[in-house]
Amino acid sequence: MKSIAKKIYIALIILFLYAPIGILMVLSFNESKTRAKWGGFTLKWYLALFQNEEILRALFNTLLIAMLSSLIATVIGTVACIAMTGMKRRAKSVMMGITNIPMLNADIVTGISLMLLYISLGIKFGMGTILLSHITFNIPYVILSVMPRMKQLNVSTYEAALDLGSSPLHAFFRVVFPDLLPGILSGFLMAFTMSLDDFIITHFTKGVGVDTLSTKIYTEIKKGIKPEMYALSSLIFVAVLTLLVLINLSPAEKKKAE
Amino acid sequence: MISKNKWLSAPYILWSAVFIIVPLGMILYYGLTDTTGAFTLDNITAIASAGHAKALRVSLLLSLASTLVCFLLAYPLAMILAGVQVKRHNFVILIFILPMWMNFLLRTLAWQTLLEKNGVINQVLSFLHLPALKIINTPAAIILGMVYNFLPFMILPLYNALAKIDTNVINAARDLGANHFYTFTRIILPLSIPGIISGITMVFIPALTTFVISSLLGGGKLLLIGDVIEQEFTRTSNWHLGSGLSMVLMVFILINMVLSAIFDKDGEGSML
Amino acid sequence: MERVLQNKIANDNGGFTLVKKELIQLIDISKSFDGQMVLDELHLSIHENEFVTLLGPSGCGKTTTLRILGGFTGPDKGRVVFDGQDITQIPPNKRPLNTVFQKYALFTHMTIAENIAFGLKIKKKPKSYIDDKIRYALKLVNLDGYENRMPDSLSGGQQQRIAIARAIVNEPKVLLLDEPLGALDLKLRQEMQYELIRMKNELGITFVYVTHDQEEALTMSDTIVVMNQGYIQQIGSPESIYNEPENAFVADFIGDSNIIPAIMIEDKLVSILGTRFACVDTGFGNNRPVDVVIRPEDVILVEPSEGIIQGVVSHLIFKGVHYEMEVQACGFEWLVHSTTLFPVGKEVGIRVDPFNIQIMNKPESEDEEAVIIDI
Repeated sequence: MKSIAKKIYIALIILFLYAPIGILMVLSFNESKTRAKWGGFTLKWYLALFQNEEILRALFNTLLIAMLSSLIATVIGTVACIAMTGMKRRAKSVMMGITNIPMLNADIVTGISLMLLYISLGIKFGMGTILLSHITFNIPYVILSVMPRMKQLNVSTYEAALDLGSSPLHAFFRVVFPDLLPGILSGFLMAFTMSLDDFIITHFTKGVGVDTLSTKIYTEIKKGIKPEMYALSSLIFVAVLTLLVLINLSPAEKKKAE
Repeated sequence: MISKNKWLSAPYILWSAVFIIVPLGMILYYGLTDTTGAFTLDNITAIASAGHAKALRVSLLLSLASTLVCFLLAYPLAMILAGVQVKRHNFVILIFILPMWMNFLLRTLAWQTLLEKNGVINQVLSFLHLPALKIINTPAAIILGMVYNFLPFMILPLYNALAKIDTNVINAARDLGANHFYTFTRIILPLSIPGIISGITMVFIPALTTFVISSLLGGGKLLLIGDVIEQEFTRTSNWHLGSGLSMVLMVFILINMVLSAIFDKDGEGSML
Repeated sequence: MERVLQNKIANDNGGFTLVKKELIQLIDISKSFDGQMVLDELHLSIHENEFVTLLGPSGCGKTTTLRILGGFTGPDKGRVVFDGQDITQIPPNKRPLNTVFQKYALFTHMTIAENIAFGLKIKKKPKSYIDDKIRYALKLVNLDGYENRMPDSLSGGQQQRIAIARAIVNEPKVLLLDEPLGALDLKLRQEMQYELIRMKNELGITFVYVTHDQEEALTMSDTIVVMNQGYIQQIGSPESIYNEPENAFVADFIGDSNIIPAIMIEDKLVSILGTRFACVDTGFGNNRPVDVVIRPEDVILVEPSEGIIQGVVSHLIFKGVHYEMEVQACGFEWLVHSTTLFPVGKEVGIRVDPFNIQIMNKPESEDEEAVIIDI
């Protein structure tokens, strides 16, 4: 009885979170161009999508920025974590405090502060400025997911590797890195997701004529969203969902769970 | 320790100096000067002007309301999830992060379709012979939009904090004579404070400073402080005023940072 | 009945004590997790003012038994009776017992005093009473003056004592302890063992103690319940468990021992590895396969001519109080503890006093075979 109530509650929250996604998917098959009414089933938006260069361009930009920014953030963040464990307590807590700023700060403040920076440094707005901004807000996600792993790390395994004659670098990649890997991966994934979903910071740091999906959608809101956009979003979502289901069902994961 | 190499920390120290510290300094500079570069407090006192003060008041009200709703929805959920087996941990986190893979503007827009006068929800309601829901273009719709967008940021820290509580600590309280309610108020709730503080911060700040949700779901009738600042930067191009108003917002952010520094020393309530 | 009597002897401090009253009865308790049987129709009685230890390897069901007693898990089947009253459905907060948890489970957000006062505040005791109790309990666990410290600032051993103090201020009739000393180092563990015995005697309450450490069980208990795979293997005083193990599992689990397959030829005569040994056991039948247990300290090494069987010393280790030797004799490796040194390679004779040969039935699965032979 109690457990049924619990399940219903979980289901309601999940319904709340996923209902808009369902709506968007339905709209992507809507013959009618307006969101307001159902005009019958069609696949034409999916076909139109692949002829819409503007949208494809924005998609490419989005994926490129997300990929590059999360990769670079992962490298900088992981190295920072390793460096921080060697630091004195005081210095470390100052660093962690600074790391928390982009997390706790409002996106709008981060956005305009970076915009002011680029202007005063005379950096031309475009893909470069978006990338720099995304790396900046992605690093904290990496650090916050690698740091706990770092704390759990058994230092003696590293020392044992040195004792057995491996070089520090070799020891790091063979012994420490595999232990950190789950944290690094989840930090990367988190950073990628945040980059993909960001609108506000990109809005302030992009140049004229350069668009990611978010900013493209924002400009379209006033004119009316092109249904191709629904089609594209549905495709991305389904692709990610499939990937996650596959990972979760893969034999390796199952073995680990057992 | 693994590395005492000082240079390892250099890239990140450099990066955070240039892209975190300096930009904040820029806001301070612009906020405290006028177009001629002379020192002034006008950009900050501008918050007291009728329009700005109202925008801030409405933003505070709506963001507090949505933070409260998020907390009330998320706490029971996080408690239920924390009771589930540990090996599902990653899966639980994924479920609440997954929606972010669909663009946030589109998802918020979809709520228009759901909430409209002849929208999906009202069609379902009328089918069930229930009264229609008239909240589109009202503050309630803005709150709903905020709750919808920021709920995962409340759920995850709460879930992480609650999942960390040793079941034997709860058993010990029961063993010493505490009923469910007493165990909750004296043990579970205090031990989850890091998660609560972190969740509140993660919801309240974005809700306070958002600038798209109100125009998408509120019908553009209510101007929030985020909308005001955004306009100062992109339309009126008065960066000085925009920076000054941002500094006012940063006061709230600062309060939040201090709170989380006090209550969440070890980062126990972190999202991941 | 025999067990009750032993119990009485073990508990008596020379008074007029009659047979102790049964305080707790576990009746036909079964419990399974994910389809795996953890307890199978367990039956156990615990007497008033007794120190009972549930002993067994991990997964034997001892912790589950304790959790059922505490009320943290319900049995699938069976009843828990406390002082004549069925408490199977009573939640933990209404049970007159308190638990000391494995990893202490202190409330880290409360001071030591607040931790100890937790149960008393729920019972709405007056403040002066609570303060007195805190002082008394801290004195009892030798931590006077720690009232305002936080649990995290204490060592493992100190936290353990606070966990005990927190439980006993509630004056439970029974104290349940789940491997409470498991996380402590050897020296501290031994100290705490003595302290627990002292507390038990001072407070006069029943202790139910769970451990996998056989030495701890032998040191502290009035009664030991040896468990394996959800079944009780043997119940008895430490002496009887050690000296007269009822089966090979108990013999193997409690201390070092030589467990040797043998044939019971007739009452008081057993054939071990083809050689006849006199023993004192009766009632096993004639020509019946059995196991014999001989403790290593009961194997007497003598000159070859004086021994019942002969062998050669194959290993030797100095253990401080004695030498540990392995002797190859009649195709069996005998473990021997002796204060006399016999160097490796030396031929020796082996003797065993009849009362040191413990005869056991073969384990249950093989029992059927034995029956068939009998027919």
